[in-house]
Amino acid sequence: MSAIVVYIDQLDAPGKLSTTAHQLLTLARAAGEPVAVVAGPASPELLSELGAYGVARVLHSEQPELGQFLVAPKADLVAQAAAAVSASAVLLDNSAAGKEIAARVGVALNAGVITDAVSVAVDGGTLLAHKSVLAGSWTVEARAASAVSVISVKAHAVEAAPAPEAAVPAIESVDVAFAPASLGARVVSRTPRAASGRPELEDARIVVAGGRGVDGDFTPIEELADVLGAAVGASRAATDAGWISHASQVGQTGKKVSPQLYISVGISGAIQQKAGMQTSKLIVAVNKDAESPIFEIADFGIVGDLFKVLPQAVEEIKRRKA
Amino acid sequence: MNIVVLVKYVPDAQFDRHLTGDAHTIDRNESILSELDEYALEAALALTDARGGAKGGNTVTALTLGPAAAAAAVKKSLQIGATQGLHVSDEALAGSDASATSLVLAAAIRSLGNVDLVITGMASTDGETSIVPAQLAARLGLPQITFASSVELDGATVTARRDGDDFSEEIQATLPALISVTDQANEPRYPNFKGIIAAKKKKVTTVSLADLGVAPDAVGLAGSLTRVAAAAERPARTAGTIITDSGDAGIQLVDFLAAQKLI
Ligand SMILES: Cc1cc2nc3c(=O)[nH]c(=O)nc-3n(C[C@H](O)[C@H](O)[C@H](O)COP(=O)(O)OP(=O)(O)OC[C@H]3O[C@@H](n4cnc5c(N)ncnc54)[C@H](O)[C@@H]3O)c2cc1C
Repeated sequence: MSAIVVYIDQLDAPGKLSTTAHQLLTLARAAGEPVAVVAGPASPELLSELGAYGVARVLHSEQPELGQFLVAPKADLVAQAAAAVSASAVLLDNSAAGKEIAARVGVALNAGVITDAVSVAVDGGTLLAHKSVLAGSWTVEARAASAVSVISVKAHAVEAAPAPEAAVPAIESVDVAFAPASLGARVVSRTPRAASGRPELEDARIVVAGGRGVDGDFTPIEELADVLGAAVGASRAATDAGWISHASQVGQTGKKVSPQLYISVGISGAIQQKAGMQTSKLIVAVNKDAESPIFEIADFGIVGDLFKVLPQAVEEIKRRKA
Repeated sequence: MNIVVLVKYVPDAQFDRHLTGDAHTIDRNESILSELDEYALEAALALTDARGGAKGGNTVTALTLGPAAAAAAVKKSLQIGATQGLHVSDEALAGSDASATSLVLAAAIRSLGNVDLVITGMASTDGETSIVPAQLAARLGLPQITFASSVELDGATVTARRDGDDFSEEIQATLPALISVTDQANEPRYPNFKGIIAAKKKKVTTVSLADLGVAPDAVGLAGSLTRVAAAAERPARTAGTIITDSGDAGIQLVDFLAAQKLI
C-alpha cells in the first residue's frame, strides 16, 4: 500500500488534532497507509490520537524556522517528507495556509494540485476529487495526472472515524533543508484574534449572516445564531463598515460556506455575496425590499423588517424549546 | 523600481459562466480584466507614484497569459496607469492548469530581467484556487507574502499586514519579492480620459512560448498535472415561498425551520 501523507500543524494549537485533521486521516486510511507529517511538537497525546486514527508512521520537525516564516518552510517539510516516504498523495486542510503549502509542494514534487475538494474517492488506486467551480454554479470531478496527487480538502468531506485497530506510531525526526527564499518572508508580529465562542463559519451546520440592513447592530443576528447554535456571517458592506470582523465575511473574497441552512438578513444578494453561499442546502432571506435579488434564490423569503422578524423568531424558538 | 502585475482576462461574473469541450475548460466569451487584479495594479501604481512614477524611472508591467483577446486586460491596465504590457500568447497554452500557468509566468518574468516586485490579486475570479502566486514565488525563488491587506515599502524592505482567521500578522521581506493583495488593500482607481489617450502610445510586447524557451508540451492540456474528468452544471436555484410580514413572520420562520427539522 502506498503512503498517503497528511500534514498536521502543531505550531498554533499544539497537543490536539483538529477536527479536519481527524477527517483527513480517515480519508488517508481509506486511500493507503497514512503517514502524518507534523510541524511542531509531537506530544504523547498527539501520538496516541494519531495512533487511534491508524497512523503507524510519523515524520516530525521542530525546527524554529517552521514557525517564523509563513508557509514556505512548512512546504519544504511536507515536500521533503513526502519524497522520503515515496508518498502517492499529500492531503492538507483547505485553509489559506493549507492551499499555499499544497501549491508549493506541487511545484517541488512536480505534482498536480487540487484545492477546495468537497469529497475525495479512491478510484483504481488514484484519488478522485469533487469540487464546485465558477462560484458554485458548476461541479467537477478532477484528478492529478502526476505520480503524486496533492489535494486540499474542505471540512466535512468525510465523516471522521478512528481506526478499527489503533496503531502505535513510530516517530522519525526530519531535518528539513530550507530553500533560502523560504526564509525570506518573516513574521514580525502576530496578534491573536478574539474568539467568538460560536462555531466556525466553515464548520457550522447553520449560518446566520447580516448585511448593511443591520445598520451597525448585530445583536438580532447574534441572538438568532445563538438559539440555533449557528455561526455568524456578514456581507462585505457590514465588515467594511467595521461592525464585525473581516474574518466573518462570506462571499467571493470572504469565506465560502455551504451549510444545511443559510439565513441571509438585511443583505441584498450581490453576485459577490452569492458566490460564497449559493451552495447552501437551504436559504432563508429576511429583507425589507421585495425587489432584492436575494429573493430569487431563497427557499423561504420574508419581506419585512429584520428588527421585528428576528426577535420574534428568537422568542418563539425559546418558547418551543422550553 | 520595476514592478510586474499579473492581470488575468476572466469571464465576467455578471453573466452565467460555463465549462465547455471535452477537457471541460472555461468558456472565455464575455471576459474582462479580473476585478481582483485591479487591487494589485493599484498597489503597484501607489508604490511607484510615491517614487516619482514613470518619470522617476519606475515601471509597472502588466503581464497576461492567454489568447489574443486577453490583450484587452493589458490594454485596460495601461489605461489605468501601467507603463507597459507583456502578453504571452500561444495556441499551445489552451487548457493550462495552475502548474503550467505558473511555469510560463515565471519564464515571462525572468525574460524581463530586473524585477523588484511581483504583485498579484488574491485569486483569479474564474479558477479561484489562489495557488498561482505561491507556485510562482516557488519557481522564481522569491519570498512570498500572500493575502496582504496593506503593503508598505521602505527602501528594500516591504512590510505587509495579513489578516487570517486566528491571527493578524505583520510580515516583512526584502526585495525582490512576490505579494498577493486582497480587496482590503486599497481602492482601485479608474481609467480617466488622459489615461485612455496615453495608453495608446504605450508598448505591449507579445511573446510566444518559443520566445520564452518553454516547450509546448510542458503547458496546455499536455503539460497540465491535473485533469477534469467530468463536469456538470448545478441546476440554478429557483425562488421558493416568499411571504410579506404582517406581524407573524418570525413565527412563520420558526414553523419553516421546524418543518425542515432544523430546530
Ligand atoms: C472585488 C469585490 C469583491 C467583493 N466581495 C464580496 C464578498 O466577499 N462578500 C460580500 O458580501 N460582498 C462582496 N462584495 C460587495 C458586494 O458587491 C456588495 O456590495 C455587498 O455584498 C453588499 O452588502 P449588503 O447586501 O449588506 O448591502 P446592500 O446591498 O446595501 O443591501 C442591504 C440590504 O438590507 C436591506 N435592509 C435594510 N434595512 C433593513 C431592515 N431593517 N430589515 C431588513 N432588511 C433591511 C435592504 O433592503 C438591502 O437589500 C465585493 C465587491 C467587490 C467589488
